[in-house]
Amino acid sequence: MTHAVSLSAASATGTARRSWFGWFTLVFLVFSQVTAILISPPDRDMGDLQKIMYVHVPAAWMTMLAPLALLAFGVRYLFTHREEDDLLAAASGEVALVFAGLTLALGMIWGRPTWGVWWTWDPRLTSTLVLFLILAGYLSIRALIDDRDQRAQWSAAVGVLGAINVPIVYMSVRWWRTIHQIQSSPATVDPAYVIGLRLNAFAFLFVMIYFIRRRRDAFVLERAAEHAGEAAALGGLSRE
Amino acid sequence: MSMRAEWRRARAIAWKDLTAERRSKAQFNGVLALALTILVMFGFALGPDAQAIGDAAAGAIWLAALFAGVLAFNRSYQTELDGGALEHLLLYPGSRRSILAGKLMANFAFVGAMLAVVVVAAIVLFHVQVPARWPALVGILFLGAVGLTTLGTFYAAIASRSRAREVLLPLLLFPMLVPVLLAAMEATKALLGGNAMSDAGAWARLLLVFDVIFLVATFLVFESVIEA
Repeated sequence: MTHAVSLSAASATGTARRSWFGWFTLVFLVFSQVTAILISPPDRDMGDLQKIMYVHVPAAWMTMLAPLALLAFGVRYLFTHREEDDLLAAASGEVALVFAGLTLALGMIWGRPTWGVWWTWDPRLTSTLVLFLILAGYLSIRALIDDRDQRAQWSAAVGVLGAINVPIVYMSVRWWRTIHQIQSSPATVDPAYVIGLRLNAFAFLFVMIYFIRRRRDAFVLERAAEHAGEAAALGGLSRE
Repeated sequence: MSMRAEWRRARAIAWKDLTAERRSKAQFNGVLALALTILVMFGFALGPDAQAIGDAAAGAIWLAALFAGVLAFNRSYQTELDGGALEHLLLYPGSRRSILAGKLMANFAFVGAMLAVVVVAAIVLFHVQVPARWPALVGILFLGAVGLTTLGTFYAAIASRSRAREVLLPLLLFPMLVPVLLAAMEATKALLGGNAMSDAGAWARLLLVFDVIFLVATFLVFESVIEA
């Protein structure tokens, strides 16, 4: 019971700070998006379609960063066995999956009018899709295992191996593609668009950090509710 | 414990698994029949055109091995789980890694034997010429089987002890196997096609690198997986 109380108390003080950070993130995100869209001239070939870049490219960067967080927390869990690291790894995995899905969806929306197809077997696209599937596996195993320690141990191992595999998948798909045909790459970015991209990279970084901490808070609350439920059930038996 | 003792433990576990398999044979025959059925299904999917079938032979070989192998990997822990013997295995002194090594050797023998039959069947069914450099093909099959078995045996240790293991193992394993399968398929295709010999060598080296990475990574984290 004391355990449950201390967990929820800790998360309550954390939530106040988080909501401040959340508002800051929201304002900064809106500011970055508006600035980027206003200051960038329409692209010669793509016109205003290019504006999707300010969501798609930062999302793609976070798709690479979030698995790194998963790797770091997973490795740390394997050494420390602290529950906190397990929860942070789980939150990172979820956020990574969201960003990977967002990247894929936005890329398709952009690719259809630009390349004329929803999908090509480009190394970046393909490895993002494989990463999405690896993360889906990671979250499935978390959902399918009830024992807390078992779930933490196994998902840490699965998460670490999955994160290690991301660059390997990219390399192998890249080699597979270049042997068959030259890789197509979007035009290099003009300086007029760089500021907008930089701003939004930071905005998305804040969003990612906020999401990971928020999800971690939610997990802590879930744990606290579980503890409280168990304690209430046991207390009901032992009470005179 | 000394390296020698670890090796003896690993060998004993592999021997136990293979003996149980040899005595029953039910599993190997079933899995092999499934692999051959998958090959035939690929033949239907790719159509009667001999050229198209020949081009797809390498992919069909590895996918048949993959789908059939998944059953073998899950079964590899099942006998012990049913008898409650895994706990006893963990109680014996020595490193847990020799359990993985033993399982790995047994599964490798299993997958290797299956792959040998599947390749011969594919050569017949898919109208493929036996390549002049067939020892190179054997080498590719060896390296590919090592990669497939390494990740398969490792993820089966997790999946076979969870709910919904039939879904979980392929879900975890297939995306992880993309690099290994891609390299194995491309190298096999280059050898079976008879052209682009240089490709096969490059893919074989890449496959070797992947094997080493995944062997090291799985042995490093296996201890925390089997104990949980």
